[in-house]
Amino acid sequence: MSTATPSAPTNKLGMTKQDYVGSKSTLCAGCGHDSITGQIINAAFEMSIEGHRVAKYSGIGCSSKTPAYFLNQGWGFNGVHGRMPALATGASLANRTLVNIGISGDGDSMSIGTGQFVHAIRRNIPMIYIIEDNGVYGLTKGQFSATADKGSHLKNGAVNELPPIDPCTLAIELGCGFVARSFSGNPKQLNAILKAAFAYEGTAIIDVISPCVTFNNHDASTRSYKHVKDHDFPLHDLGFIQYSEVEDVEIPAGETEIVTFPDGSKVAIKAIHEGYDPTDRYIATKAIHESMQKGEFLTGLLYIHAKHAPLPELLNLVDEPLATLPQSAVKPGPEVLAAIMETLT
Amino acid sequence: MTASLASPAVSGGAKTRINDFSIQVATVNGSGSQTANTVLLRAIFQMGVFVSGKNLFPSNIAGLPTWFTIRASAQGYVARKAANEMLILMNPETAKDDIVKADAGALVIYDEPLQLDKLRPDLAYFPVPFQKLVTASCPEPKLHKLVKNMIYVGVAARILGVDMVEVKKAIAKQLKGKAKAVELNQNAAVAGYDWAMENLPDQDHIRVVRDSKTQGLIIVDGNEACALGALFAGVTVVGWYPITPASSLVETFIEYAEEYRKDPQTGKSTVAIVQMEDELASAGVVLAAGWAGARSMTSTAGPGISLMSEFIGLGYYTECPGVFFNVQRTGPSTGLPTRTQQSDIEMCAKASHGDTLHINLYPGNMEECFQFSYDAFDLAERFQTPIFVVTDLDLGMQNWASRPFAYPDKPHDRGKVLDQKQLAEIQDWGRYKDVDGDGLCYRSLPGTPGGKGAYFTRGSGHNAYALYSEKPEDYVAVVDRLRKKYETAKSYVPKPVFRPLGSDRGMLAFGSSDPAVLEAQDLLAEQGLKTDYLRLRALPFTAEVDAFVKGMKVVYVVEQNRDGQMANLLREFYPEHATKFKNVLHYDGLALDAQTIVDQITAFEQK
Repeated sequence: MSTATPSAPTNKLGMTKQDYVGSKSTLCAGCGHDSITGQIINAAFEMSIEGHRVAKYSGIGCSSKTPAYFLNQGWGFNGVHGRMPALATGASLANRTLVNIGISGDGDSMSIGTGQFVHAIRRNIPMIYIIEDNGVYGLTKGQFSATADKGSHLKNGAVNELPPIDPCTLAIELGCGFVARSFSGNPKQLNAILKAAFAYEGTAIIDVISPCVTFNNHDASTRSYKHVKDHDFPLHDLGFIQYSEVEDVEIPAGETEIVTFPDGSKVAIKAIHEGYDPTDRYIATKAIHESMQKGEFLTGLLYIHAKHAPLPELLNLVDEPLATLPQSAVKPGPEVLAAIMETLT
Repeated sequence: MTASLASPAVSGGAKTRINDFSIQVATVNGSGSQTANTVLLRAIFQMGVFVSGKNLFPSNIAGLPTWFTIRASAQGYVARKAANEMLILMNPETAKDDIVKADAGALVIYDEPLQLDKLRPDLAYFPVPFQKLVTASCPEPKLHKLVKNMIYVGVAARILGVDMVEVKKAIAKQLKGKAKAVELNQNAAVAGYDWAMENLPDQDHIRVVRDSKTQGLIIVDGNEACALGALFAGVTVVGWYPITPASSLVETFIEYAEEYRKDPQTGKSTVAIVQMEDELASAGVVLAAGWAGARSMTSTAGPGISLMSEFIGLGYYTECPGVFFNVQRTGPSTGLPTRTQQSDIEMCAKASHGDTLHINLYPGNMEECFQFSYDAFDLAERFQTPIFVVTDLDLGMQNWASRPFAYPDKPHDRGKVLDQKQLAEIQDWGRYKDVDGDGLCYRSLPGTPGGKGAYFTRGSGHNAYALYSEKPEDYVAVVDRLRKKYETAKSYVPKPVFRPLGSDRGMLAFGSSDPAVLEAQDLLAEQGLKTDYLRLRALPFTAEVDAFVKGMKVVYVVEQNRDGQMANLLREFYPEHATKFKNVLHYDGLALDAQTIVDQITAFEQK
């Protein structure tokens, strides 16, 4: 299968990292989104994700272009603005064996698509839901988005007077079982979060602060590389241990908290921020609110609840994909129609 | 001519109308009158008489006026008839107005305290002490309101000559499984019948006489027929949002799916049904499920299609299958949500921005609601596009007599889908390459192993290989091929039904207008005007429509909207015949009746 040179490292499927790439990015040089794309490729490679099982969804905006830039072996669906979650919902029901990756932006998810964001979480659609969050509408050349901080400035000097919507506290409030925040400038943390998200069964919300180098990287912006770097407070050192590796890995004792997923994979969480418990949504919410008051970005796995039945399980669907069920499984016979007709006479 | 105990039989002085009359029942909604009306309808049906029912109800849960019309017709005419031979007036709010509007000579059953008999001298009155009767027949006061209506069923049965055995059977059928309710309601009906037998005079205006016209027929509504079509079509993903008058389509499907769409070994479900947060999300679910290979559907009404239109354009341009039921109601805006119309014709023909043309199916009766719903899933997958099944409240929510549905033996057509093996053999696959010259391309499904077949679906400009493109020639090639698909569809969609009387005057109609048009055709012929009637059953217009339009001197396009929407489409697609099309319109929210058509066509002919 692998097309790269024999010397390139391979994963358990015998694939090289090259097998997980996509088309060349057409985003601005230095765009945070490209770093996220890079980490998705790394995480999928390291997790030995089967490319043909991947389905990628997006809405409209710069972020929504990125599914074309990774995992070319998977199927992609770039839909309409703010409605990526509906696509993931439909396809994940049609084929519950798919690995679903939804890419959205702060404009796509926190304005036109807020309703879909909310209800995807409520239904616990099996998907990784990444918000590439730069606080600005890039593709339409620099208007504020709903995650822009109060008092932050546009390049042209306009000041945002409205309070931001925070996707992470919103997601926790809605009962999401996997809520993370990261920074495109922190590849190590993002990699661990993405790998854990691949192992998670339901909706994994990952808000990635991803500076827009063209429209929102100036000194008065709260989403510039410099500002985010200076205000990034990682909660913990994260380690992700895939189920098949569990036997070989020695988990350090002491301050490290272990969260075990239903498939046996584990996340090792070594706290940096004192008193933060990512398995307690009340503590988590309080800490996030406090940090936001101070203008900080708490990053890491903000909240985790390892077992939370995703929609196909909740609907008690058959194990095989609905899409390819044979006619014999979905078309009742003539005796059924005859019996129904009898009740209508 | 008040009928009282002492008075002699009420005589209309004319020939008795046997199995040929309309009854209008006026009640308050939420009072259980729907059950009573359905029982009366069923009882007449069980007498072997062709019968149809129209429920004219408010957009309200309880307390507003509602009317139910039952038409019996020995000749088999089932359209609404404007004139009513019998009125049953149970609603004090509307009783006086109903009397004012009554047709001369009508029989009026009413609640005695309303004292309606002084209002007009030209009606025959049958006052009934409903409260007294219900108190005597039903021991539980809190059920009086619900059971009261069943008393008029008994009274009407007596006046019309409907056998009480049939009334009791109809009650048992309607309240299946609820033994106590069956008993209470049967007692109430019998109390009404017995009281009427002793206290009301005979009449010879209208009569039900046993016949055999309904032997072997079923009674069903269009939403249930469509749900059954979807059940046998093997729908696997349903995304929907409640809306009148479309909700009962999915709700009925859910009931059938509970019984017939469980894996017999595991008890797990072979269909995913999700009530979404809105119609936009429903449309997204339908198209993405279709994209991933499921047979998917939603059911909505005009406001829902408005909201779904953005996604529908995406489905058209990216070529995702999906079935969209539109049970039309009266627009624009919220309009009259519980009244019928055919006013989404142009919208469904072209839903969404940009150049779009959709395949539409127009079932005109219950068998077609079933069969076209079944076929819609084949068409969706064959043509890889949203398919509209366009019905309306009249078809969807009213009771219709029908022949039982024939089992659809035709296997499911899953369209041009390549599996792993086929993909491996193809050298140069392109998602949007027109290999067969019919505009229909080969697709692959997400999750297909083997490393071939993955592609990127996008609502932005793309070429034959599904790659992003803004090149003028790529854009034109794709939209021209989509137009070719529309042409190809002409040989797949249901052909029109032709009823010629050897004329050069044409009538063209579709959907729920059919019964009224058939009756109008007969009435016009009796007046000496022969017409040829073509019932359209789909878009695009097929060769049979071409021939009909060319062959007629005049085409009366009968439809239930203000602007002549189908006529507009005909003028667009047949510009050289544009002046032939004359609009025959009905759009007050009531079901179409034959006389309206006759009057308008007669007026045209006299010009």
